[in-house]
Amino acid sequence: MAGLDVRDVRGAGIAQLADGVRAGQVKARDLTEAYLDRVTRLDGALGAFLLVDRDGARRQADEIDRKVAAGGDAGPLAGVPIALKDIFVTRGIETTCGSKILRGFVPPYESTVSQRLADAGTVMLGKLNMDEFAMGSSNENSSRGPVRNPWSLDHVPGGSSGGSAAALAASLCAGSFGTDTGGSIRQPAAMCGVVGVKPTYGRVSRYGVIAFASSLDHPGPFGRTVDDAAALLEVIAGPDPRDATSVPSPVGRYREAARAGRSGIAGLRVGVPAEYFGSGMDTEIEAAVRTAIDELGRAGAELVPLSLPHTRYAIATYYLICTAEASSNLARYDGIRYGYRDPEARSLEELYTRTRGQGFGLEPKRRIMLGTYVLRSGYYDAYYNQALKARRKVADDFSAAFARCDVLVTPTSPIPAFKFGEKTKDPLQMYLADVMTVAANLAGVPAMSQCCGFTRAGLPIGMQTIAAPLAEETMFRAAGAYEARTSWHRRLPADPVGSSVGSSTGSPPGATR
Amino acid sequence: MSRIRPEDVREIAALARLALTDEEVARMTGDLDAILGHVEALRELDTTSTEPMTHAVPFDCPLRPDLEEPPLSVEEALRNAPRRDQGFFQVPRIVPASGATPDGEG
Repeated sequence: MAGLDVRDVRGAGIAQLADGVRAGQVKARDLTEAYLDRVTRLDGALGAFLLVDRDGARRQADEIDRKVAAGGDAGPLAGVPIALKDIFVTRGIETTCGSKILRGFVPPYESTVSQRLADAGTVMLGKLNMDEFAMGSSNENSSRGPVRNPWSLDHVPGGSSGGSAAALAASLCAGSFGTDTGGSIRQPAAMCGVVGVKPTYGRVSRYGVIAFASSLDHPGPFGRTVDDAAALLEVIAGPDPRDATSVPSPVGRYREAARAGRSGIAGLRVGVPAEYFGSGMDTEIEAAVRTAIDELGRAGAELVPLSLPHTRYAIATYYLICTAEASSNLARYDGIRYGYRDPEARSLEELYTRTRGQGFGLEPKRRIMLGTYVLRSGYYDAYYNQALKARRKVADDFSAAFARCDVLVTPTSPIPAFKFGEKTKDPLQMYLADVMTVAANLAGVPAMSQCCGFTRAGLPIGMQTIAAPLAEETMFRAAGAYEARTSWHRRLPADPVGSSVGSSTGSPPGATR
Repeated sequence: MSRIRPEDVREIAALARLALTDEEVARMTGDLDAILGHVEALRELDTTSTEPMTHAVPFDCPLRPDLEEPPLSVEEALRNAPRRDQGFFQVPRIVPASGATPDGEG
């Protein structure tokens, strides 16, 4: 493909890479080597990868090149180097979910997402760092050390899919995948200046995705552009007989929708919810998102001021439900069938309590404790059941809003990336920062983040577009319209200066434990 | 209303099968108290006529065809076990050895 130089793959787009490989103009192997070389040189400073599968990636790339040489169809995303959050189980490749309790776990099966990616011709470079069990908003809760933000190495990348956002922003892969239970795709995408998509609940199979909160977990893609994210979503979406909650609806044409947006969005009704602006928000973020909304207006959208009145209950509702589900899902880690086991335990009871006490980090323990508390008999109705009712009120707000508009546009996070250690002392303050993202998980509606500017300090600002259930095409159309009229998505962070061992930058506080 | 005391934390930890250090108990006491303080706000919400919402998308549990498929082999299922004995997961002894008296009993 014209313009693609394997010696400099920074910022390369998915279509550019796949078209080049499919046409035989560039070898998948050469692309793979180019990205592996970047990982080797630069990831010591970033910490985005937990595991790099060099041999497996080379094997996959060579297989693609053989197919292309033989004149066969190597897949829609042939040769595109991608990487996966370490929450997707991969057959024969260690999968830890960022936790000591799963260290050494080599799954005997493959997640649907990673299988569909392999079937589409992508090359899997490795597994990405994350907050332990996807619990966190800064990637500081990984048992294997934090990830640094490529835009500023002393800032967090966001979380919990921090490795996925940082690796893509730094061009260590051309696309990446994460999960979003309360914002864990969209918030790190916003903080690292890339596109992150949480589709409708059930649109992408959860089979082989290590469970945190099953009714809220959404797998999804990260792309450098709206078009890239759409292309990645198209190959992983769709019903899966192995996930009873996957929705039977056919996959949409997300790329076409994103491209259609480029010629304008005349008549599209863009809702602007009052609750997502104002108090507690960084002023630079508010200004950037308001400017972006005006841009959508110039692209032909009709702006509709409206209200989502139950927004202020969303955080409490979310943390009650997600901890209740987590306490149940994480009961399976018992030291018997896989993962860490306390070698000193003398009884079965000790085996459970000591293995779990030593194997889980502080945040999973905190959430297991909270979930156990709210599910106790006598407390169940006051906490958990009340939260399920509040969840319906939050979801009903969205139904009412989508009777009056086609998409909602808000900031993704009320704050830009923060410095290491700034918020770790107070878990409640960290939870409250999820205020813009959790409601879409409670309601199951599709939502995505894209870059809409930078702070004076040079940190990316994300704006969020939310659509009605299964209306991803409308969401991509609006996002495509914005991207076509702006150039934020073309900015790239400078490669981190430093060595592959990362010694020149030192370790952030709490890097090991 | 406040609320969480260290003895509550120890009791919940026992239910959750989590061995916590004294330092963790102290920290959890404060953290859980603050978080539960925040969620108290939900009590003011009138939900008398609201049905609980357990799932984001309403769905009927679909049934797949009841076909026989090869299960995971015993070897594959045991490969990740920290301790195993032949075809079994191994755990600390839960039944006293025959003829022996359990420790601590007369």
